[in-house]
Amino acid sequence: MTPALAFRDFVGVAKRNLLRSVRTPGLLLYALQPIMLLLLFRYILAGAIKVPGGTYVDFVVPAIFLVSVLVGAMTSAIGMAEDLESGLIDRFRSLPMARSAVLTGRSLTDAIRSVVVLAIMVVLGVAVGFRFDSDTGRIALGMVLILAFGYAFCWMNAAIGIAVKDPESATNAGTGPTFLLLFASNAIVPISTLPGWLQGFARNQPLSVTVSAVRALFEGGNAAHDVWLSLAWSAGIAIAFFVISYSLYKRAAAT
Amino acid sequence: MSPSNNTAASKSVPDRTAGAPLDQAATDHVVEVRDLVKTFGKLRALDGVTFSAERGTVLGLLGPNGAGKSTLVRILTTLLRPDSGVARVAGLDVVADGQRLRSLIGLTGQSAAVDELLTGRENLELVGLWYHLPKREYRRRAQETLDLLALADAADRLVKTYSGGMRRRLDIGASLIANPPILFLDEPTTGLDPRSRNELWRLVRERVGAGAAVLLTTQYMEEAEQLADRIVVIDKGTVIADGTADQLKARTGGATLEARVTKPSDLERAVAVLGDLSPTPPRSDAEQRQVSIPAGEGTDLLLDTGRRFQEAGIPLDDLGIRRPTLDEVFLSLTGRSHGDAEPSSAEVAP
Repeated sequence: MTPALAFRDFVGVAKRNLLRSVRTPGLLLYALQPIMLLLLFRYILAGAIKVPGGTYVDFVVPAIFLVSVLVGAMTSAIGMAEDLESGLIDRFRSLPMARSAVLTGRSLTDAIRSVVVLAIMVVLGVAVGFRFDSDTGRIALGMVLILAFGYAFCWMNAAIGIAVKDPESATNAGTGPTFLLLFASNAIVPISTLPGWLQGFARNQPLSVTVSAVRALFEGGNAAHDVWLSLAWSAGIAIAFFVISYSLYKRAAAT
Repeated sequence: MSPSNNTAASKSVPDRTAGAPLDQAATDHVVEVRDLVKTFGKLRALDGVTFSAERGTVLGLLGPNGAGKSTLVRILTTLLRPDSGVARVAGLDVVADGQRLRSLIGLTGQSAAVDELLTGRENLELVGLWYHLPKREYRRRAQETLDLLALADAADRLVKTYSGGMRRRLDIGASLIANPPILFLDEPTTGLDPRSRNELWRLVRERVGAGAAVLLTTQYMEEAEQLADRIVVIDKGTVIADGTADQLKARTGGATLEARVTKPSDLERAVAVLGDLSPTPPRSDAEQRQVSIPAGEGTDLLLDTGRRFQEAGIPLDDLGIRRPTLDEVFLSLTGRSHGDAEPSSAEVAP
């Protein structure tokens, strides 16, 4: 298998998944959940939550951006499980195509979808009162961090999808880790308001690190440490779950 | 991918033409299976299977549900690894040479492996791309295949609007798109109406005529008989018979000629008429008003019998030759009935 052929296989898989995406209402549905969260936190809970030095809308909206790509990443699990269940993966595996293409092609589609969802969320975020207080370079870097984090989670969800092999379970299994990271974090409330035993985890887990980095990039403040930490987390998660997904995929039907 | 695969994979691409002969001149056995074992937990799905198939022929794998047919196909198409034994396709080991082997095979599995949210054409073109055909080539082949399978009118509709038969045809089209020299069809006609089934049989014969080898699994004796040059009967993970349809049927006692008289009172005269034509005494069944003898001679015997009944003035409700059913083949090979097949009426009658 030459790299050129493997790349062609990968483009083919990405094209297939994109065609599927635009032909299902799924894309809109997955934007709907983050939109609901945005409205919930902006208009219902904003009055009840106090954050030091700034408005709640500027505090929570960067976190909602991140949540939107995580929710989008959950479709990776569902997509993989659907393919496995339908017998399509058997066809793919019986073809001379590069075995990595099914996985990498899916992750490219997921990345493109993340960009679309994030763009929608940024527009809506600004519409409900969020303001960037930063320069273009820092804003762009913040977006890159969000997309990188979402991309890493696509790989985690792909592994979940291959492991559970049915779309229903994949939906549920993907929800757990995402919600744990979202609520035990600095995304919605300041860490200092969490119970003491949870603060250590909440402060250092990857989503909190990324939220801190993105907030600093969008609203000013020293971001460098958290930016590097976030990128390291995203790279680590992506690589680890790529390896896991690939080995699960190779064995998926082979036992 | 290891570097050693590079040359092989790219070499096999450009010279792919209809029914291209295999480069592996070393062997006439396009499929070679020896002592193959595969277990799933405690279940021995394959328990030492040995057989081979030649190029330009159809090998029918006949057996009931759960016999191990699909497991065998999945191993030969590199979807499953065997526990032990040897399986070679086109001279290539299914475990060691999987990547090269996959460019030489086409698989249509039991569950339709087509994408509902793509059109028929998109499905085929993508599979062509993944076979590493050049773009112009896979576009042309997709159109040809759609024409061939009578799907041209529906080519640009989403597959989710297709009927079951159309999906099945598209699925089979996907395995034909690159003209692979070896085709694996796992129960390809399950769920097809008779017209689509005959169409598929025609396609298979055409591919074989062009030099391809086909391995097909089926639960139907008729299908194996229509298509297969050789039939391997498997049951409980082992080969219990291997031969041509005629050889297998000979082992079951072959076809029988059956005559059903209109009036019960004619039964004894009918026995006398048929007795002259058969070396063994006819079997008679009073309830069914039916007499039967082994039908070695086929058509001649049928004509002869008809004439004699006419001369004797015995009115008949029915006269015909009945081929052995899979159930009967099974009964004679294993001494037990095969679960899914309905016993024929002649046999349930006391």
